[in-house]
Amino acid sequence: MTTTVPVVENILGANERLAQTNRARLDETRTFTVNFMASPGAGKTSLILRTVAALKDRYRLAGVDGDVATTIDADRMAAAGIPAVQINTGGSCHLDAVMLQGALPQIALEDTDVLVIENVGNLICPANFPLGAHLNILIASVPEGADKPYKYPNMYRGVQAVILNKTDLLPYFDFDMDYFRRGVEALNPGLAFFPLSAKTGEGFDAWLSWLTSQADAYLTP
Amino acid sequence: MHELPFVESILKITLEHAEKANAQRVIALDLVVGQMASIVDDSVQFYWDILSKDTLAEGAELRFKRIPAVYRCWDCGHEYQLDGEHLECPQCGSLRVQLIRGDEFRLESIDIE
Repeated sequence: MTTTVPVVENILGANERLAQTNRARLDETRTFTVNFMASPGAGKTSLILRTVAALKDRYRLAGVDGDVATTIDADRMAAAGIPAVQINTGGSCHLDAVMLQGALPQIALEDTDVLVIENVGNLICPANFPLGAHLNILIASVPEGADKPYKYPNMYRGVQAVILNKTDLLPYFDFDMDYFRRGVEALNPGLAFFPLSAKTGEGFDAWLSWLTSQADAYLTP
Repeated sequence: MHELPFVESILKITLEHAEKANAQRVIALDLVVGQMASIVDDSVQFYWDILSKDTLAEGAELRFKRIPAVYRCWDCGHEYQLDGEHLECPQCGSLRVQLIRGDEFRLESIDIE
């Protein structure tokens, strides 16, 4: 005889519960955690390096780097003077809460004010796997084109800020800023938006001042 | 690639509930999938066939209930389904809109015997 058993369970509930555990762990040491997500080549690493260079005298920083393979990015962070842990996902296309949980014991959280997480370059999966970070930031870039909010709506819905990187390339691309902004606004009304160039530094001050205000509000309640 | 961890999770939840109900076997699963959940049915089925092998749920049918994305306009209250790239409210043109349905991804129930 066939019986129907009601389940009504969120399929990614386990990850979400673990993300809450991670958040609680980070809150214990008051470690403000920022998760950067972007497609491959949007400039995550160079933007993070420029950001940590500007902030390292103000906060005690540490980094977690997610990549399918290699330690290139963590090495670059370490070379910039920031203790960094590399997570190799072994083929998986995103970091999840389990992976971050495994990395946290390798970080001196008591001595860390701001933890920077560089997610795997991908515009689909990271949106489905919250890690427990306090801020989720999406980095878009001019060469990707202005249609990305329309094509990858989930990534734009779950974040607290969008950075548009590589604005120094605007003269060379037909990037429709208005179209891009309209897409972002529809998916995530009132979202903080920072057009900037991690290469030239144009627009960087506005981003840093927003980020430090968020971090300070958390660190000095 | 992306559906693999989802299917692992679906299987885990299914088996927990099936064992709790002393099921001999799982016949079917009812999944609710919103249009915005970026889930491809065929890909879920592909991983399901592999992962469910030699479990209580081997060969269980996956039934997908798709929920279209529905937005509500803050300015005029109009509710509408997403039509391609046109996110703005078709009634008043506002972009102050909010997704109210369409990001679901849950296991609603399982049929067991």
